[in-house]
Amino acid sequence: MKHLTTPLDEATVRSLHAGDHVLLSGVVYTARDAAHLRMMELIKAGRPLPLPLEGQVIYYAGPTPTPPGKPVGSIGPTTSTRMDASTPTLLSLGLKGMIGKGMRGEKVMQAMQQYPAVYFAAVGGAAALMAQCVTDCQVIAWEDLGPESIKRLTLKDLPLVVAADCCGQDAFRLGQEEYLKESK
Amino acid sequence: MRVIPSSMITETIARLCVEANRNLPEDVTCALCKAADEEPYAAGRELLQLLKENQQIARDTQMPICQDTGMAVVFADIGQDVHIDGDFEQAVNAGVRAGYTDGLLRKSVVGDPLRRVNTGDNTPAVIHTRLVPGNRVTLTVAPKGFGSENMSRLTMLTPAQGVDGVKDFVLETVKKAGANPCPPMVLGIGIGSDFEGVALLAKRALMVPLGQHNVDPYYAALEDELLQMVNATGIGPQGLGGKTTCLGLHVLTGATHIAGLPVAVNVSCHVTRHQTATL
Repeated sequence: MKHLTTPLDEATVRSLHAGDHVLLSGVVYTARDAAHLRMMELIKAGRPLPLPLEGQVIYYAGPTPTPPGKPVGSIGPTTSTRMDASTPTLLSLGLKGMIGKGMRGEKVMQAMQQYPAVYFAAVGGAAALMAQCVTDCQVIAWEDLGPESIKRLTLKDLPLVVAADCCGQDAFRLGQEEYLKESK
Repeated sequence: MRVIPSSMITETIARLCVEANRNLPEDVTCALCKAADEEPYAAGRELLQLLKENQQIARDTQMPICQDTGMAVVFADIGQDVHIDGDFEQAVNAGVRAGYTDGLLRKSVVGDPLRRVNTGDNTPAVIHTRLVPGNRVTLTVAPKGFGSENMSRLTMLTPAQGVDGVKDFVLETVKKAGANPCPPMVLGIGIGSDFEGVALLAKRALMVPLGQHNVDPYYAALEDELLQMVNATGIGPQGLGGKTTCLGLHVLTGATHIAGLPVAVNVSCHVTRHQTATL
């Protein structure tokens, strides 16, 4: 089990391989469908984004409201492929990692090789468990989007699998092939 | 004629919204435990353990099991000897509003599909009413997450395509869904009826307790065969490989037209939630 801390540099990204289990700590930013659309509008207009991208990690997530006395509500990943259209642009601007669930499209897989970046899968649906790995949650932009606002999260040992690495390898395909081979 | 005040509908719906999102039905919990014991692939087994742990944490901390606390799908079987005092749909939506706000559930509904502004209280609910004999009202709240809902599909097969066409469509749906709907999945399969009817059959099939077969032995055998096919794909927990692609599936059927064979597959996840109360 590898321990990683954000921000991620290129050497760290290159050391990660599809199927690796990691524990991620440090600051990440939540953004999902609506926030990605707004980011793309700002980029197109040449205006600054409300979050840094260089070396950063985006978590595709919208948590439940924060209960009193807790840092965050339940927080698991949403389906990553809905963000595929924006991802190559964000990677070209320095984004180094994404956390979500499910497969990525061909263009994202190629962009992850071009700009080296890594895609982590969190355990979809295990949102109460993952809340225990978040020590702080602050809304930093677009509060009007409610669950889709951009939040700065501080993580402590969030369990993740490297789902796709910067060599084009894909843990979904590798895992399924390995299981089918074993079960023959 | 029995009178039920709409406030009773509101209070019940609010309670069911919160309960459904914090506590999985026992049949789903049991199916997950069984799968965790029986999964032959080590990596898949570990993931299933995490899902079990997550359920326990949700119960202990009274937090939602999944952050996608869903659109509130409400099934109401209303006895024809009941008079509901007040506006029924308003009462249901007031319950959803109260449950999702007071229960700290996520508000995941936009009021318009293209202009997309969050309604802020998770209303409106999707409401399916049915008039039944008697003087009781049975309410089921089934919060539906969209990671899995997005992977659902409907097709109009020809009668000649028959049962093989149904099997192919179910398998194709599961393979296209892959890792996206948070496998292990639960599948609700509707066969027959018409275009909108088959979708509702599929949704209702998700409410059938896991492990309970179709009463018709022909369809019970089809359920077994489909489950076996789906669990031979290798998709596994979270799509990272393994046997447990699907915890269980149910087929519900309806009469259909001589020219048609509608099939709908409503994909759900390991957090297949529903709570029922009878008034």
